[in-house]
Amino acid sequence: MALVKCDGISIAYEGQTVVRDLSFQIEQGDYLCIVGENGSGKSTLVKSLLGLKPPFKGQILLGDGLKQDEIGYLPQQTVVQKDFPASVYEVVLSGRLNSRGWRPFYSAEDKKAARENMELLGIREMEHQCFRDLSGGQKQRVLLARALCATKKLLLLDEPVTGLDPLVTAEFYQLIEKVNKEAKIAVVMVSHDIESTIQYASHILHLQESALFYGTAQAYQNSTVGKRFLGGEGNA
Amino acid sequence: MLDTFMEMMSYPFMVRAFLVGSLVALCSALLGVSLVLKRYSMIGDGLSHVGFGALAIAAALNMAPLVVAIPVVVVAAVLLLRISGSSKIKGDAAIALISTGALAIGIMVISMTTGMNTDVYNYMFGSILAMSGEDVQFSILLSVAVLILYLFFYNKIFAITFDETFARATGVRANLYNTLIAVLTAVTIVLGMRMMGALLISSLIIFPALTSMRVFKNFKGVILNSAIVSVVCLILGVTISYVYATPAGASVVVVNMAMLAIYSVIGVLKNRNNGK
Repeated sequence: MALVKCDGISIAYEGQTVVRDLSFQIEQGDYLCIVGENGSGKSTLVKSLLGLKPPFKGQILLGDGLKQDEIGYLPQQTVVQKDFPASVYEVVLSGRLNSRGWRPFYSAEDKKAARENMELLGIREMEHQCFRDLSGGQKQRVLLARALCATKKLLLLDEPVTGLDPLVTAEFYQLIEKVNKEAKIAVVMVSHDIESTIQYASHILHLQESALFYGTAQAYQNSTVGKRFLGGEGNA
Repeated sequence: MLDTFMEMMSYPFMVRAFLVGSLVALCSALLGVSLVLKRYSMIGDGLSHVGFGALAIAAALNMAPLVVAIPVVVVAAVLLLRISGSSKIKGDAAIALISTGALAIGIMVISMTTGMNTDVYNYMFGSILAMSGEDVQFSILLSVAVLILYLFFYNKIFAITFDETFARATGVRANLYNTLIAVLTAVTIVLGMRMMGALLISSLIIFPALTSMRVFKNFKGVILNSAIVSVVCLILGVTISYVYATPAGASVVVVNMAMLAIYSVIGVLKNRNNGK
């Protein structure tokens, strides 16, 4: 069974249907990239995958022992975080909350997991630094480490490279690929940056209310939709 | 020095003022860190105006102030949170709506009944004499509730304050904790406002958090320091109020301002040293 299986889902946002009759699935180890124009329903779909906005039609099934609160989510950064006094360690550790339930304090195991993920992403030495003093790329690494703390199976990244410079963006993509290949964690990434993502993704979902295209990245490059979208971006 | 202290403590009303004040200062500082970081700084101000309206009505009906004010302000707090959560009216506008509305109702009730008297003046600017034995009991209950919340749910409060969407995605019941924080804030404000004054009580929520954020760079440090700074400022302020016969609320705020200035300087010096 797939990790996530969306079966004919329709989702509304403020009374308007923004996603219609969408079906797709995510298997273990997949790297699915969700592309589409602004307002094509990408963010709403992300909310539904996280269980925060149930679809009004169809259903989202989680399989392979994936629990709803065990999706490692990397959200877009909020205004609140710009001046938030929190150390890197505090932020990363907060990813382990879902393993806590009603127990109030973190265990030694939680702390170890946080340290390991910081190690993996090369941010261990900034563990006592303040989150707000970091650069954009460093912040994303911290939030990625937090997301990794929350999951063993599926990462969900919402526009993770927005505002990063090209060099940092490339590094970040490599990190995600490493996580996908080495830790065998499936990745779902919402992105505008189609040209880069097509190199890494195994599957593409092109969203325009419903799926304009859904299939492997290779097939996308040869499809009419893919050619138009990729070519169009190239000419612009 | 010691003589003054002994003299102050020989008055039961001063003992009550110190006790209730310190507990309210402690609670408002803890709750304040989360509120300030979530951009809800003005919620305290809004709720204190609602509290003013409720006290005016209680006085007009000859009812016990806390019995009327606590439920009304709690409802207003939950309402504010709900309205801010929906995108139809933005948070700051919602607070302005509710606070001016409640203030207007309070003034109408006062003008139709007692008129502007000393009681009303005290509601506005606070009085050190206002604390009763009932207030002492309430404030002990409140601070126990707030301390339990922060001790046992500290990690969840951090997660919700830092990133509510992520917290909800990982199974934290954000609405529950937000409501809990709003309700406790409401009770804190009602208890504190007769001493600090409706116009000044929100300072207890905002100042300690901002002061601590000048120097501390992690959440735990900010929380602990806010609690300490808030209680210290309150005790100093009330002492000044006693010695120089100044209004309690204003004295506490002035001490808080001085503390903010001191911490700002420390913060700048610390950053400069780190820069080198």
